[in-house]
Amino acid sequence: MAKRKGMEVSIAIAEAASMCNVDVVSAYPITPQTHVVEHLADIVADGELDAEFIPVESEHAAMSACVGAAAAGARTFTATASQGLALMHEILFIASSLRTPIVMVVANRALSAPINIWNDHSDVMTERDVGWIQIFAENGQEAADLVVQAFRFGEDKRVLLPVMVHFDGFVVSHVVEPIEMLTHAEVKTFLPDYAPQQKLDIDAPISMGPVGIPAVYTEAKMAGEAVLRDAYGPIVECLDDFGKRFGRTYKPVETYRREDADILLVTMGGISETAMTWVDRARAAGEKVGLVRFRLWRPLPDKDFKEAVKGARVLAVVDRHFSPGGPGGPVAQEIKYILYGQKGAPSIVEFVAGLGGRDVGFADFDNMYKKAKAVLGGATVPPFEIVQVRGGHHGEA
Amino acid sequence: MTIRQSGTPKWKELALGNAVLVPGSSRHNRTGDWRSSRPIWKLEQCVKCGVCTVFCPEGCIAMRRADAYPEADMEYCKGCGICVNECFTGCIAMQEEKE
Amino acid sequence: MLEFRFHGRGGQGAVTSAELLALSAIAEGKFAQAFPSFGPERRGAPVVAYARIDEAKVLNRTAVSTPNVVVVLDPSILRIVNTSEGMVDGGTQIVNTSRTAAEVREAFKLKGRLVTVNANRIAAEEIGRVITNTTMLGALVRAMGVVKRDTIVEHLKERFGRIAAGNIKAFLRAYEECVIS
Repeated sequence: MAKRKGMEVSIAIAEAASMCNVDVVSAYPITPQTHVVEHLADIVADGELDAEFIPVESEHAAMSACVGAAAAGARTFTATASQGLALMHEILFIASSLRTPIVMVVANRALSAPINIWNDHSDVMTERDVGWIQIFAENGQEAADLVVQAFRFGEDKRVLLPVMVHFDGFVVSHVVEPIEMLTHAEVKTFLPDYAPQQKLDIDAPISMGPVGIPAVYTEAKMAGEAVLRDAYGPIVECLDDFGKRFGRTYKPVETYRREDADILLVTMGGISETAMTWVDRARAAGEKVGLVRFRLWRPLPDKDFKEAVKGARVLAVVDRHFSPGGPGGPVAQEIKYILYGQKGAPSIVEFVAGLGGRDVGFADFDNMYKKAKAVLGGATVPPFEIVQVRGGHHGEA
Repeated sequence: MTIRQSGTPKWKELALGNAVLVPGSSRHNRTGDWRSSRPIWKLEQCVKCGVCTVFCPEGCIAMRRADAYPEADMEYCKGCGICVNECFTGCIAMQEEKE
Repeated sequence: MLEFRFHGRGGQGAVTSAELLALSAIAEGKFAQAFPSFGPERRGAPVVAYARIDEAKVLNRTAVSTPNVVVVLDPSILRIVNTSEGMVDGGTQIVNTSRTAAEVREAFKLKGRLVTVNANRIAAEEIGRVITNTTMLGALVRAMGVVKRDTIVEHLKERFGRIAAGNIKAFLRAYEECVIS
């Protein structure tokens, strides 16, 4: 294994994608883009990677080109963020329904308006229904590792689905930090060459993307549901194999110091590492608190989550997005779906924090924990609270 | 509740759709603070073509002097040096600001 | 853990300063991170970059609000930014100035131990441009000793390639010429 080296996370991701020998990279090169595709463009231009780099006029076109390339049997990669992901929206459904195993990294950032380029999860959380595998990295090491794994489980014959690897915009994407890159040889042994199950080929013609009349559409959607749910097994197999080979083990649901915890924080993405530091401090002060994170988001690892929170009495869920006029934060809602009707299920206290790049620090975790503790003592709290909002919550005097 | 257009407003104090209600608000953003060097004109070489006024991203250069030579408004000149690059006669040079 | 905050202007390389520091620390086997104050990149606008260095893995990803070390890359920043804000007691400020420590402390009410260096002059003479990011690292390494001089030089070579020589000279001169009060 290569030595631990300081790298900007976006650059590490580009290098990881390059080691996967991608055939086609298509991307829209300006805001809200990251250095990921910029560096890949360099790598391709320098002749270090034999790939087609297609700069296009929008993210809608970028994803369309990716679908076309993947349909032709190419290993395909792209990156985007915030408005860019939103602009891809309609093509995302097509990518998954056509079973094109594209890998896309998303530097999670807020959506306009007001115009905001900073980190939160409003881009990813509005794309929950597109039928892609979605997995979260919390730091640069994980992002680089997960890109390599995404190609393997996405291209697995039993799966053949596109994969989004999420990592926090700026807070992870722009940070220089220590990363151990895999070597080319290691990637080669871990990731087999892509062998498409079907492709657009003039010698063996097929049509992809036909009409699905009402008599067929329902079954097509069922097929999409089944394959995404069943992807869980191959994904976990892949994560386990990676752990065995390289010593870095990833799980669908990750826990930190959850032993004997009454209260568990639930976070996703880059905020999780700050939360771990906070948990260490709280534990040192004698508090029985731990941390749980969804790494795999689609398919939703419901059984793993149930297991991870067993014994906890209160979950303090920290969402990075919410549904206006709706049920609050998406992560909290999905947790309620997982735990609904379960005897002795923990109470859930919902927070929405760090919107549009607002820093979430130890003081915020202190406050959230204090509220969770009050609930443990029998107090009732509002349906959800937007952390740090000036002027009080809606409905408050 | 009153509308607050700057600082740290409460959510009820934001304008409808978070609009900016008073025109000319960018005037409060005195980009002259960004400057670490300033453009100096060698007027004997200047042909008053005005290309510097067109390309200045702040729009802070104008032929406002009585003798119609260009002049930058130092409240807003951010010292980017684009005028130096665009000047046909090469009569503008950047000079480092003093402490 | 040591936390650093770099004050500069867009285009002056404050982010590069923070990155070179972190890269050097990582190369020496420590753990470190560096990142910009996130936002639109506007040439000339005041910008901030951050770094953290520790013996253990750095997990906290929040902005540095209580720095141990503040680096001021541009003298004119002092007029518009309170660079002492949040600095821990006993912290160090490393300031690019042609004046003495006593003069800048008095003029801008600066907190902490002051280290001064005329980085504008050094950069102008050695690099030919007043880009002070690599120069200021010389004063930082001298004042804090947190990474080795040679490690920074290695990373300057790697980062700047054929224009590294001037940056290395400027870095080494600042190391020698900075005044620690």
